Amino acid sequence: MSGGAQRIYRQKIASTAKLQKVFRAQELIAASRIGAARARVAQATPYAKAITQAVAALAAHARVEHPLVEVRTDTNRVGVLTVSADRGMAGSYSAANIRETDRLLDQLKAAGKEVDLYVAGRRAYSHYVYRGATLKQNWVYGSDHPTLEAADQIAATLLTAFTAPAEAGGVAELHVVYTQFVSMVTQTPRVVRLLPLEVVDSPGQAGKPTPLYEFEPGEQAVLDALLPRYVHNRLYSFLLESAASELAARQAAMRTATDNATDLIKDYTRLANQARQADITQEITEIVSGADALSAAK
Amino acid sequence: MAQLEVDVVATDRQAWSGTAVSVSAPSVAGQIGILPGHTPLLAVLGKGTVRVLTGQGEPFEVEISGGFLSVDENLVTVVADEVTAKG
Repeated sequence: MSGGAQRIYRQKIASTAKLQKVFRAQELIAASRIGAARARVAQATPYAKAITQAVAALAAHARVEHPLVEVRTDTNRVGVLTVSADRGMAGSYSAANIRETDRLLDQLKAAGKEVDLYVAGRRAYSHYVYRGATLKQNWVYGSDHPTLEAADQIAATLLTAFTAPAEAGGVAELHVVYTQFVSMVTQTPRVVRLLPLEVVDSPGQAGKPTPLYEFEPGEQAVLDALLPRYVHNRLYSFLLESAASELAARQAAMRTATDNATDLIKDYTRLANQARQADITQEITEIVSGADALSAAK
Repeated sequence: MAQLEVDVVATDRQAWSGTAVSVSAPSVAGQIGILPGHTPLLAVLGKGTVRVLTGQGEPFEVEISGGFLSVDENLVTVVADEVTAKG
């Protein structure tokens, strides 16, 4: 009678084992890529540091007047870029990112802003398209391996939107939601305002007279060259950090999934054994009672 | 004699780092040379060759497509958009 139960458990064990193989493979792939992703973050750091120092020096020694640092008041349209993953199987990575984006969107809308949504990565794209949101633009660029070209393309689009006049749909602010790589086990979604740039004076060195800077060919030309590069670079570093976060989240999620599959297989094996034992016991009971009935009939 | 600390960085990596006696770079207004003790400078670079004279051996040379250069207390940073080794 209950050979059926045994067969069902065996099937469940087989399918769980198959899934477990997928999980383990995903975990290993993520683990092998995360090293490279973190190395890319590290390799991009000298440039980021150099450009940040230059901007700080500029802020300290020159009057910074440039469209990219000016607060725009001519439009209440703002742009939001969310950086998400292309693929799932990364635990709460994309969900956390989207939640943070939604929170920001609600906050901006409550403040009476009109929001243009830019989306990088397929997960957030399908999330918002499915919910009927209108996207200004989206990019699918291989979220776990962002290229410089992809970052440049996105940055160029955002800069164009920020510098466009109000009638042409220009935005007054640009926010980016990305995932900060805190450690291998912690990644937190973060909102940063990319534009207008907040230029802070270089910290410290108080009391020490700062030398006069020379600008070649001129202050304005240096600003024109430096600030867009700074924006491009920040965006690139956001993409790189998000990629490292995505891979770390995927590795952790897949390890948990593999472990859960192991537990499930163990549970099902116990149940299958129990069912088999029950079948055997029942058969013995039937045989014994059959024999009893036969001997009683003699 | 004072020496220059030089870093040549590209967007995605550090291309070169070390000490040098002089650096020459293609500013948009013409080639500029940096010697130790130069005043602090921020210069926009155009397309051309960055040449770092190390004082010994071969000079380090790269082609850049643009970028900028900063000098601050003998610390020279060449920030290039794209670096291709001179072949």
